[in-house]
Amino acid sequence: MSKQIQVSGLDAYYGSHKAIEDVSMTIEPRSITAFIGPSGCGKSTFLRTLNRMHEVIPGARVEGKVLLDGEDLYGSTVEPVSVRRSIGMVFQRPNPFPTMSIYENVAAGLRLNGRVSKSESDGIVEESLKGANLWNEVKDRLNKPGAGLSGGQQQRLCIARAIAVKPQVLLMDEPCSALDPISTLAIEDLMVKLKDEYTIVIVTHNMQQAARVSDRTAFFNLDGQGKPGKVVEMDETSRMFTNPSQKATEDYITGRFG
Amino acid sequence: MTTVQHISAGRRVKDRLAQGLVYLAFALAVVPLVSVLWLVIKNGLARFDLEFLTHSMRNIGARDAGGGAYHAIIGTLEQVLLASLISVPIGLLTAIYLTEYGNGGRLSRAISFFVDVMTGVPSVVTGLFVLAFWILFLGMPFSGLAGALALSILMMPTVVRSAEEMLRLVPNDLREASYALGVAKWRTIVKVVLPTAFTGIVTGVMLAVARVAGETAPLLLTVFFTDSINNDPFSGPQMGLPLYVFDQAGRPNDTAIDRAWTGALTLILIVMLLNLVARLIAWWRSAARGR
Repeated sequence: MSKQIQVSGLDAYYGSHKAIEDVSMTIEPRSITAFIGPSGCGKSTFLRTLNRMHEVIPGARVEGKVLLDGEDLYGSTVEPVSVRRSIGMVFQRPNPFPTMSIYENVAAGLRLNGRVSKSESDGIVEESLKGANLWNEVKDRLNKPGAGLSGGQQQRLCIARAIAVKPQVLLMDEPCSALDPISTLAIEDLMVKLKDEYTIVIVTHNMQQAARVSDRTAFFNLDGQGKPGKVVEMDETSRMFTNPSQKATEDYITGRFG
Repeated sequence: MTTVQHISAGRRVKDRLAQGLVYLAFALAVVPLVSVLWLVIKNGLARFDLEFLTHSMRNIGARDAGGGAYHAIIGTLEQVLLASLISVPIGLLTAIYLTEYGNGGRLSRAISFFVDVMTGVPSVVTGLFVLAFWILFLGMPFSGLAGALALSILMMPTVVRSAEEMLRLVPNDLREASYALGVAKWRTIVKVVLPTAFTGIVTGVMLAVARVAGETAPLLLTVFFTDSINNDPFSGPQMGLPLYVFDQAGRPNDTAIDRAWTGALTLILIVMLLNLVARLIAWWRSAARGR
């Protein structure tokens, strides 16, 4: 299920503003890759180019190549909707659909794409909620609104919703920044568990989190205000945090700037 | 060392004063509403009986008591329903275009501008337009449909504006959440955006209905006029409640004046009832999802 992502020479724009420049990297399957870097350096923008969510914003466009197991996601005949079906995403703020119950939220991806029977979706909902470590907390109130859960539960609900469509890759954009430490721990445990099946990419502002959960880390930075963001360095997480090859990485990780 | 400051007497007085002004403004706003309701109910109750609700004005002489507004009630209901059937889909689709597809482009700015212009069109002008285009130019007969066309022109900008506001209130997060699940844009709109905005859109539509239900001028020129029951809105003159009130109030006899008051009361009740139904739908929908 899990697939490799290869990015080469990727630029992303908002209108005429270049947000990231010449990013190339390989994201390995069955592992967690973390993006760190100061605010505004294009981590989230880059993450969103990986499942073609970037172009949803009016005026935004992408140049370069993103290969998912060798297949170019930006090929002229590729349907963006299908890309998003195979590369799921979890957002910074938990965003369950307010008009839907817990059950409907998890089944949303299946039902909105219109292709499941009741029994089939029952199975997938249970499996996904178990996968997101939420099943035991909500199994007795599946028909209650998803918005009634706590923030951490809502975020796990969103993860369950994302894995219910069985993507190959899971992108997470600061999934814990709105959560308390206990919920954060729950999500981190979940990420480690999910990496057996998925390629996981996470953007985080929390360096301890990157050090705790990720296998590889990429450090993004920009030369100055208004300049595009770039990848400064990417390596095994253990090496990034102990012996980075770039001075800027070391400065950032040790808290000397940013 | 005092770090905690106490509220000064001056601020206390100002607070009281502002509070008093707010209450006064509220009272001033309520006075016309209550007095209108009071007058209409007091004068309208006299003839608010079964005969009024079930009989037309056919064969009722100039000075006769009795008679009713059944023909006008039927007319108003049919005309408003037809006007809604025309203007709600168009208005809603326009609002969807403006919020979801327009992106502030030239076309959407032009549409926005013309919707604003439409909001300012006097109601009698829409009646004149339908009279000139539909009846005189195309040669269609006076009918409830012609009235509904005029009303739908009045309704449309209200529907567009209110639906647009409601759609813009739907957080972008939800659209993105849906896109990220690999749901196509139109499905996202139908299954996520519209249900989220549903209650607000219903309220907006009801406001538009309430607005046009009481319009007299456009009907005057389009449905013509009749004292008899005409259940078919597509052919022949029809009546409408506002028109009925207008007509009866202009007559010199007390019996007619009474009927006018009762007609006004009936109109208010119909609009209130429709609003109630809309609230019930909204309530039932939110109750269905356990809130």
